[in-house]
Amino acid sequence: MKKKRYFSRTGLFILSAAFAIIFLLPTVLTITNSFMEQSEISSNYGVIFENASGSSSTYVSKSVNLKFIPEKVSLSQYITTFIKSPEYLLKYWNSIILVVPIVLLQVGVAAVAAYGFSRWRGKVRSGIFFAYVILMLMPYQVTLVPNYLVSDWLGILNTRWAIIFPGAFAPFSVFLLTKFMRRIPASLIEAARLDGAGEWHIFTRICLPQCRAALYSIAILVFIDYWNMVEQPLILLNDATKQPLSVYLSQINASEIGIAFAIATVYMIPSLLLFLHGEEYLVEGIAYSGSVKG
Amino acid sequence: MKKAKNAKSSVSARSAKSVKRLDTLKSACFLGPSLLGVALFFILPFGVVVYYSLIKSPIDHSFVFLDNFVRVINNASFQIAAKNTAMFSSIAVPLAVILALMLALMLECRIPLKSQFRTFFLSPMMVPIASIVLIWQVLFHQNGVINEILSLLGGGNIDWLNSKYSQVVVISLFLWKNLGYNMILFMSALSNVPAELLEVADVEGAKSAYKFFAIKLRYLSPTVLFVTILSLINSFKVFREVYLLSGSYPYESLYMLQHFMNNMFNSVDYQKLSAAAVLLAIVMILIIAILFFIEDRFGKDVEG
Repeated sequence: MKKKRYFSRTGLFILSAAFAIIFLLPTVLTITNSFMEQSEISSNYGVIFENASGSSSTYVSKSVNLKFIPEKVSLSQYITTFIKSPEYLLKYWNSIILVVPIVLLQVGVAAVAAYGFSRWRGKVRSGIFFAYVILMLMPYQVTLVPNYLVSDWLGILNTRWAIIFPGAFAPFSVFLLTKFMRRIPASLIEAARLDGAGEWHIFTRICLPQCRAALYSIAILVFIDYWNMVEQPLILLNDATKQPLSVYLSQINASEIGIAFAIATVYMIPSLLLFLHGEEYLVEGIAYSGSVKG
Repeated sequence: MKKAKNAKSSVSARSAKSVKRLDTLKSACFLGPSLLGVALFFILPFGVVVYYSLIKSPIDHSFVFLDNFVRVINNASFQIAAKNTAMFSSIAVPLAVILALMLALMLECRIPLKSQFRTFFLSPMMVPIASIVLIWQVLFHQNGVINEILSLLGGGNIDWLNSKYSQVVVISLFLWKNLGYNMILFMSALSNVPAELLEVADVEGAKSAYKFFAIKLRYLSPTVLFVTILSLINSFKVFREVYLLSGSYPYESLYMLQHFMNNMFNSVDYQKLSAAAVLLAIVMILIIAILFFIEDRFGKDVEG
């Protein structure tokens, strides 16, 4: 009996390891390939991206070559992107000043609203909540035209606010946070109320500390979502000097795949830091210590 | 005496009413900022979409009611797009839920390096979309890695993105990107299954299959619905990758509703775009209503 268990655990370990490798592969590939020279990239992927070879003299291998370890570790891709053309740094900065306000505002607005949804229930409020869920599910393409019209009408078209405002009020965080806050025991809130605490006091002193991990994990999700945005800036922020790096990355063409890996690696750093710092929160954010229902 | 009692009850009724009014006021204060923004940036635009779906053209604002809808429903590319989107979501979403649950159960078995594996499974969330697209091209191109492996095994040469297998490419991308987070959601839900219940089941000699279906799954049911809703949202977001992989007019089985809307936008046919959007919204409302109804039934079952 014991032996059988041991074997099945080894089997499960091998299975998980196999899955883990598949999941990790593209991340590792992006990072290691960013340290290859352009000639190596061209010879590895030339078959697929026909324009990638640049000049005709470069050697192109007949089949695609998936290599993890560069023949010669080189920083040339980084030098071409970030030192020779500082415009990428500007685009990087654009990403930061668009995404950081969105994350802070969206989580802030959502925390207040989620308290409203979870503290008081009623027909009207659950109707509104249902509407939030529906709006959250609508693909971006649905309101492509009216979004343009509304931001034109508000006079924020082609400014950063055209991206930041809709992001700040996106219903996604409200939905998630309401789900978390409904798990806070009603007795806790009732006790504070009997002690004479006002609603704002209950919200900031009892509710928010209880869902600190949830707030952090939602901030990570929102950050990753907007860090990779493409459609919104293309339509609402036509000015190329204000567009984030994600838009440029998505339009990169075949002759620049070496650069693409380098930019992607640098672009991954903030998400990576958030993850390493907050992975426990991501797990805990949902687990919610305390008396949990469901 | 009687009079006094009446007075007292009317006072309490009045105070109950005023408490209720006060509660409404308080909740309005908390919901206000969000409602204002949502109304301006989400509800108003959606209202414009509904309006556009009912008028003749942006110049001629005469109401035509259902004409646009009839035009869209009879449109061949809309039919293809709707069919493909429905097919993609109905395969990818259940797979994302079931596989994530299986991964979570697998990691629950106290295998070594559990937390490292968890991190690895989450890593796809960080990778920028452009490099995902590049790597998927390297993998699934006709001269790509997958075909090379297949040819070593004696398989045929498949042009993945331009064949009936093209949805496989997108489903694999979707699963790769989203399984990690779904798994995390299930892992934390699993850790909330009361240990005493499982111990009792052990003492009574319950089989592990019984423990899973009779105990764990009941406690997991709210999470299953939650993960389903999240996966549904993410299944719509995969369009970005599809678009970057294969452009505005991909192979027929990859032509999604968002392609249709995007192309209607580019050809300035706002009426068809809006009518398609409203139809999509109606379908979503039905799906979410059903999911909420199920959650109400099963959620109470567990909480009680």
